[in-house]
Amino acid sequence: MSKMNLNRRSFLRATALAGGGMMLGLYPKVAALAQPGRGAAPALAPNAFISIASNGIVTITAKNPETGQSARNMLPMMIAEELDVEWKDIKIVRADLDAKYGSQFSGGSTATPGNWEPMRQIGGAARHMLIAAAAQTWGVPEAECSTASGRVFHKASNRSLGYGELASKAATMPVPDLKSLKLKDPKDYKIIGKTTIGAETKDVVLGKPIFGIDVTVPGMLYATFQKCPVYGGKAVSANLDAIKAMKGVKHAFIVEGQPITGNFMTSDPGLEPGIAIVADSWWAAQSAREKLEVKWDEGKWATQNSVDIAKKADEISKQPAARTLRKDGDVEAVYKSGAKVVEGAYIYPFISHAPLEPQNCTAHFQDGKMEIWATSQTPQNGRGMVSRILGIPENNITIHLVRGGGGFGRRLNNDYMCEAAWISKTVGAPVKLLWTREDDMQHDYFRPGGFQYLKGAVDSNGKLVAWQDHFVGYGDGERFTASGNIDGGEFPARFVPNFLMQSSVMPLGLKTGALRAPRSNVYAWVFQSFIDELAHAAGKDPVQFRLDLLSSGTPGGMNAERMIGVVKLVAEKSGWGQRKLPKGTAMGIGFHFSHQGYFAQVAEVTVLANKKIKVNKVWSAGDIGSQIINPGAAENQTQGAVVDGMSELLQEISLKNGRVVQSNYHQHPMLKMSQTPPIEVHFIKSNNSPTGLGEPALPPILPAVCNAIFTATGERIRTLPITKQGFSFA
Amino acid sequence: MIKLKVNGVTRQHDGDPDMPLLWYLRDELDLKGAKFGCGMGLCGACTVHLNGKPVRSCSTPVSAAANAQVTTIEGLSTDGTHPVQVAWQELDVPQCGYCQAGQIMSACALLAKNPKPNDADIDTAMNGNLCRCGTYLRVRAAIHKAAELTASNATKPATKPAAKSASGAGANLLPRNGGKK
Repeated sequence: MSKMNLNRRSFLRATALAGGGMMLGLYPKVAALAQPGRGAAPALAPNAFISIASNGIVTITAKNPETGQSARNMLPMMIAEELDVEWKDIKIVRADLDAKYGSQFSGGSTATPGNWEPMRQIGGAARHMLIAAAAQTWGVPEAECSTASGRVFHKASNRSLGYGELASKAATMPVPDLKSLKLKDPKDYKIIGKTTIGAETKDVVLGKPIFGIDVTVPGMLYATFQKCPVYGGKAVSANLDAIKAMKGVKHAFIVEGQPITGNFMTSDPGLEPGIAIVADSWWAAQSAREKLEVKWDEGKWATQNSVDIAKKADEISKQPAARTLRKDGDVEAVYKSGAKVVEGAYIYPFISHAPLEPQNCTAHFQDGKMEIWATSQTPQNGRGMVSRILGIPENNITIHLVRGGGGFGRRLNNDYMCEAAWISKTVGAPVKLLWTREDDMQHDYFRPGGFQYLKGAVDSNGKLVAWQDHFVGYGDGERFTASGNIDGGEFPARFVPNFLMQSSVMPLGLKTGALRAPRSNVYAWVFQSFIDELAHAAGKDPVQFRLDLLSSGTPGGMNAERMIGVVKLVAEKSGWGQRKLPKGTAMGIGFHFSHQGYFAQVAEVTVLANKKIKVNKVWSAGDIGSQIINPGAAENQTQGAVVDGMSELLQEISLKNGRVVQSNYHQHPMLKMSQTPPIEVHFIKSNNSPTGLGEPALPPILPAVCNAIFTATGERIRTLPITKQGFSFA
Repeated sequence: MIKLKVNGVTRQHDGDPDMPLLWYLRDELDLKGAKFGCGMGLCGACTVHLNGKPVRSCSTPVSAAANAQVTTIEGLSTDGTHPVQVAWQELDVPQCGYCQAGQIMSACALLAKNPKPNDADIDTAMNGNLCRCGTYLRVRAAIHKAAELTASNATKPATKPAAKSASGAGANLLPRNGGKK
């Protein structure tokens, strides 16, 4: 991730407000936008507005989409801190999609690292201009002025002016050179590092209509969209006349969509084929849909089955790998040297995002212009796709960013936006498209499943000396399916002298995409479970084995010292090796580095009769830099990540005759309250710039639980979901 | 024709009696608080009270509410002063917030019949309400808090500070052990 530099990438501009007051905006220099780092996360172009009304009310525009990570609090907190105002005097407003805000994106745990410096600089610049305005008013040097709680003070003459009184004049002051702008010493922080309550928490508890599904537009119709149950299939004909005759139905028509070709999917295909039913209520549209009789052309994937895919992967694993991604030393020589060799095949399924709010979108096409209300995490991409598919210039498309009922990566794609826009344009009326849960679960961009064939060796001193992984995934040639990629740098590369990472791919007729902590959410389970196998083979304590491993690396990428710090902290907090546990109860550990965050987690697990698992407690230790900006939200996110990760141990999406078998939460479960353990959350505040946390806090819990199960039972979980081996949560 | 009372207001429905109560509330009465999550009574996001009992409105036909009293989250208070809403705000329970109306309605129904529930009581009453963001520890702590607020409102002057949340420690809003008792 590149570090933001406000001077090089953007410029500040101050404007006087009509009726008094000032507005400070940060304008990106367009050429400096989007510089993708490793993984799927483009750099954010930070941009926000502060406006200070003459009555002193400070309004901060939160530019990013909100799907529950509290970005709508955090970005304004950074500004408010340096502006030196009281949090209670801040009003947060939501931005629509607009070029003046630069990139508006939610994903990749990028909001903190991408905004930490520029957001504070914006606040600091505004404060500086308010001081300049006060100094000029009083005819005193700026250096004699100070600020506190939204006022500028001149202590020597016992004078003060509120920001509101100064705002109009401040708007005429020169914007300071941001390089020489002095920001606060962190020890003086009054807002950063203190918990603030969510900007929309009150609306949530009042049941206010703030989500995408709640949008209402005058004259609005309601739509459902039936896609072929087989990916890539399309409707040949349907009983549309009968459907149109049903009560409340206004329109029913086939949407051709875009043809889907190729051996796998690399990105959002946009508008898929299907059948739209538009009615005067959603219930009428959905009731009509249940009477739909369709002749499908199921296309090329109708014979695809999960069991066949698994057999094929097994066959591939016995052949030489298609590609070698990294080779250090000589693993084969180690295996022949008399070292202790361990092998294991790790198999994991596709899983669905299943955000609680099913995909929906409201669109209104009128007079050549499209207005859209969407919960998208990538509204800019969505607007581009709608423009392309419908032939509407981007500047004729308005997008309102509505709160999403969970994202987890699902709303990075904009299929529902394309569908709603197409339907509205076709019927010439505002339309709210709403998917059912079954639509959402069966037409997701799934977390790719995969197969990893591992082999490793420990020497007579118990040191890890060889690591080999044949990754069998999906793709074509050298290309992997979306979020199903792997590379030679995966841990423990650089920490083992003999290391071999290879890959092979199979074609896939299913959409895949990023799920919270993409790749990491299951690779951590593979790598940290197999490290555990090797630790036991070496006869070493799993924590000590990891600390030894982390101490043996060569520089580059992950900072081993920071990881050692969180492993030691979580071991200490959990009392690792210090407590006598009853038979059937054990602790397991996992760590993982992703999205610039360092996390280690320990789970204490009791295995009851019939392989029922009770997770008694979880300890989490993270290092995401020098500040935990909003501690209450950070704790909530971390605990949620642990719950989410535990749920993933239970989930599976499988294919039969090209169709997704699972349709609703009874077949793709989530953890329940009674299954949720107490979760202790700890952070190390290290001397590093703050980074994000929504994603890196998730991966370690999966191996931590499975490693504890092994210690408790002697049974190693090498296949997910854990139910495949007969385990379940009590 | 079906007559019912929703948040104290008499309503009548002349349409499809089999339509789920959820869609009647959301799309005909414009009460958007109850949410659509699964359509099968599996997630609890649509929970409302029918004669004081929590029901999944996505799989309850309007006809089942004939001559009954329906309460939605909009009927708890208009200003967030219901003790459960207060507790939810103080502990900043939500992440995405989508499930929370259902969580709150289930919590209110529990507290109405059991003013001082223990963890096991809470888990039993709340297990049908899924939270995709995993805020269960805060939901549980907020229910304890709401119980304390209600008790102290009933017996103490309003100036008494709210009782401490379930189990003390923790630099933030929640105890480190997530409110386990």
